[in-house]
Amino acid sequence: MPTEILMPALSPTMEEGKLAKWVKKEGDSVAAGDVIAEIETDKATMEVEAVDEGTLGKILVDEGTEGVKVNSPIALLLEEGEDESALDKAASSQVKEDDSNASEPPADDGKDEAPKAADEAPKVPAAPASGPGPAEKTWTQDDPEIPEGTKMVSVTVREALRDAMAEEMRRDGDVYVMGEEVAEYQGAYKITQGLLDEFGARRVVDTPITEHGFTGLGVGAGFAGLKPIVEFMTFNFAMQAIDQIINSAAKTHYMSGGLIGCSIVFRGPNGAAARVAAQHSQDYASWYAHVPGLRVIQPYSAADAKGLLKAAIRDPNPVVFLENEILYGHTFEIPDVDDFVVPIGKAKIERKGSDVTIVSFGIGMTYAMQAADELAKMGIEAEVVNLRTIRPMDIETVVESVKKTNRCVTVEEGWPVCSIGSEISARMMEMAFDHLDAPVLRVTGKDVPMPYAANLEKLALPTVAEVIEAVKAVTYTA
Amino acid sequence: MAEKKPTTSRKRSSGTSRSSGTSRTSGPSRSSRSTKSADAKSGEKTSTAKSMTGETVHFTRDEDVYAYREMLLVRRFEEKAGQLYGMGLIGGFCHLYIGQEAVVVGMQMALKEGDQIITGYRDHGHMIACGMESKGVMAELTGRRSGYSKGKGGSMHMFSVDKNFYGGHGIVGAQVPLGTGLAFANKYRENGSVSITYFGDGAANQGQVYESFNMAKLWSLPVVYVIENNKYGMGTSVERASSTTNLSHRGASFEIPGEQVDGMEVHAVRAAGERAIAHAREGKGPYILEMLTYRYRGHSMSDPAKYRTRDEVNKMRTERDPIEHLRSRLIEEHKMSEDEVKKIDKEVRDIINEAAEFAQSDPEPDPSELWTDVVR
Repeated sequence: MPTEILMPALSPTMEEGKLAKWVKKEGDSVAAGDVIAEIETDKATMEVEAVDEGTLGKILVDEGTEGVKVNSPIALLLEEGEDESALDKAASSQVKEDDSNASEPPADDGKDEAPKAADEAPKVPAAPASGPGPAEKTWTQDDPEIPEGTKMVSVTVREALRDAMAEEMRRDGDVYVMGEEVAEYQGAYKITQGLLDEFGARRVVDTPITEHGFTGLGVGAGFAGLKPIVEFMTFNFAMQAIDQIINSAAKTHYMSGGLIGCSIVFRGPNGAAARVAAQHSQDYASWYAHVPGLRVIQPYSAADAKGLLKAAIRDPNPVVFLENEILYGHTFEIPDVDDFVVPIGKAKIERKGSDVTIVSFGIGMTYAMQAADELAKMGIEAEVVNLRTIRPMDIETVVESVKKTNRCVTVEEGWPVCSIGSEISARMMEMAFDHLDAPVLRVTGKDVPMPYAANLEKLALPTVAEVIEAVKAVTYTA
Repeated sequence: MAEKKPTTSRKRSSGTSRSSGTSRTSGPSRSSRSTKSADAKSGEKTSTAKSMTGETVHFTRDEDVYAYREMLLVRRFEEKAGQLYGMGLIGGFCHLYIGQEAVVVGMQMALKEGDQIITGYRDHGHMIACGMESKGVMAELTGRRSGYSKGKGGSMHMFSVDKNFYGGHGIVGAQVPLGTGLAFANKYRENGSVSITYFGDGAANQGQVYESFNMAKLWSLPVVYVIENNKYGMGTSVERASSTTNLSHRGASFEIPGEQVDGMEVHAVRAAGERAIAHAREGKGPYILEMLTYRYRGHSMSDPAKYRTRDEVNKMRTERDPIEHLRSRLIEEHKMSEDEVKKIDKEVRDIINEAAEFAQSDPEPDPSELWTDVVR
């Protein structure tokens, strides 16, 4: 049997990629280690090597094809002694494999010998249920925050963040971006792609791997009136610099009696990515939310990302802007307006409902929104509040919603102890006690360091089912 | 209120530091260069001293008087602060600068307007030397509303935009990346200014210092790192804390030039400061000055200083005191009379007494201030 060459996963969060170029042609012989193709991921263009030797029998995915799912076959490799007749046999099994789940482990040579239900009609591969795909509509034309009749466009969170920085850098010469790999590499997660070309090395500054130092340097430049955007490759690395963020950036304005402050944005991916284990999977929302003097933002949609990053860059205070790697590739509709700015400190009701209030932010919103869809099928209408800004928190919007629904569930990926949910729960006690018909329940990440094993990682994160369960509990419909 | 001597003509308005802020920016440049050239025309006598590098440093009489008066102002300020602390009027931490006065005064004479100053928690001397008012600083120490930070910062956290003083930072070493960032902004804006970033021998072992050295050299940032080596990081001597004790070499692996300077000798400090600042201003990148100095008092007010002998302190005081040294120079080389020098002493004392009175009579901040300045 010919060996199937599968679309490789080239980053922890990659779900699909573009087959940019075939380096080898059909009929070429390849040895292990030969570059056979170039694949463009959401982060970079990478060369792919053959792991077996043989002859490239058939190319299954043409170059230039986008959205090729990880683990789907891209070519067939003929082993020594096989001829092209083997390809036909392979092609028939190929069809059956097309609808296999992308999360299955890579297929081995023998898989076609145990064919699945033969009567199953061949299907064209569909877009996955989650992850990159059709634009999620979190903004509609009748949203009170945008002018009537505004056109909507589909952009990824990644593009939204880049556009926000580029627009603000065009607007204000004091805004510059610095961090590891932000310039020549075009961003470790491609968020700063293209900025070096447009703004040059003076304003797009590659730093050494030196978080403590460059964070303090950024704060100092902020004291002197520049408006730095400090990118952390991930917020996990910002722990090395947290003294400068809290002691220098957040407190100086107060300590100086208002004389000196800094307009600075600390941004980068935060929280769990995928399979990167404990030291690289942590949500810092409640760490920074604890600190007076900081603003803390955790966007969910592309519109949040763009509008709030622009607001953050303009804000005269230090802003911690917590992004999420998994959301980078998600596509959302955003209003096509010239200068789209979302006010800091204002929550957004993403979905209206009357039976329960689900409060979340950032990637937690994906669980909340999916749960709300499922609950609707059960006849429970959830109102979903997207906090967007964690500090200052728009608690009034939550209170108003709870007054209507009399029930509240919070959702976040962070740990439960002293979590954002804990804060909301306390505030509901203080501000909406008489309106509550049930205790506030928190759905959070589990109280353990993030495990590496796929099954344990899933268990450690919140799930849609847990949100549904919590809602059933507070609505007494369990 | 007593005015300072004419060469500086620094306005000491009687208002609070904050309200009088803008009026104090208009004074003539304190650059030693301008003072020197003016004095050269008048053909004044100069005094000379040898620096550690063996060069001869000339000070005019006016410059010596200026340096003496400034150093004395710092010393009297700190003595008064120590007194007020003993009376319970100053709380918390209070780190006195007594003994190290030549460092800030010499450096101040070497820089020019627009150059920024940033330091750690032993910061009173730096503030006085860069022209911040004794009243405002003292009132901050007593936690009063006319203090530089409205009473909300205290001893370690004061700032002045007018005087380009960027604090006043309480975390050992944190000011080093911050000061490097000031230099980054200078280069970004091509404004020709230099950041003077002070830190101690203790901070010299912090990792972020070397992160800063690397970036400063990598990007040729206009920053002069002034290491005030007063021989003890709190209670631990340099020898017990540092694998290499010549801290001027600490930039060697980054190819940052450095030199040791007699930090008890204001002439040597100014000369070295001029060299270092010129280097940075010319775009050649950072420069390290290790000031060999000594603090007479403990690390903070609660430090019994058992880690050194009384003899060691007394020896420094009697043999190396920067102020006494300059005082005898005024009399012996500039032929000033005892009365003339005493007149300066009295002026300084009056300023400090007035500051101390002000710092006790000024009201505490209004309770509403608790909630202001958190964000802007």
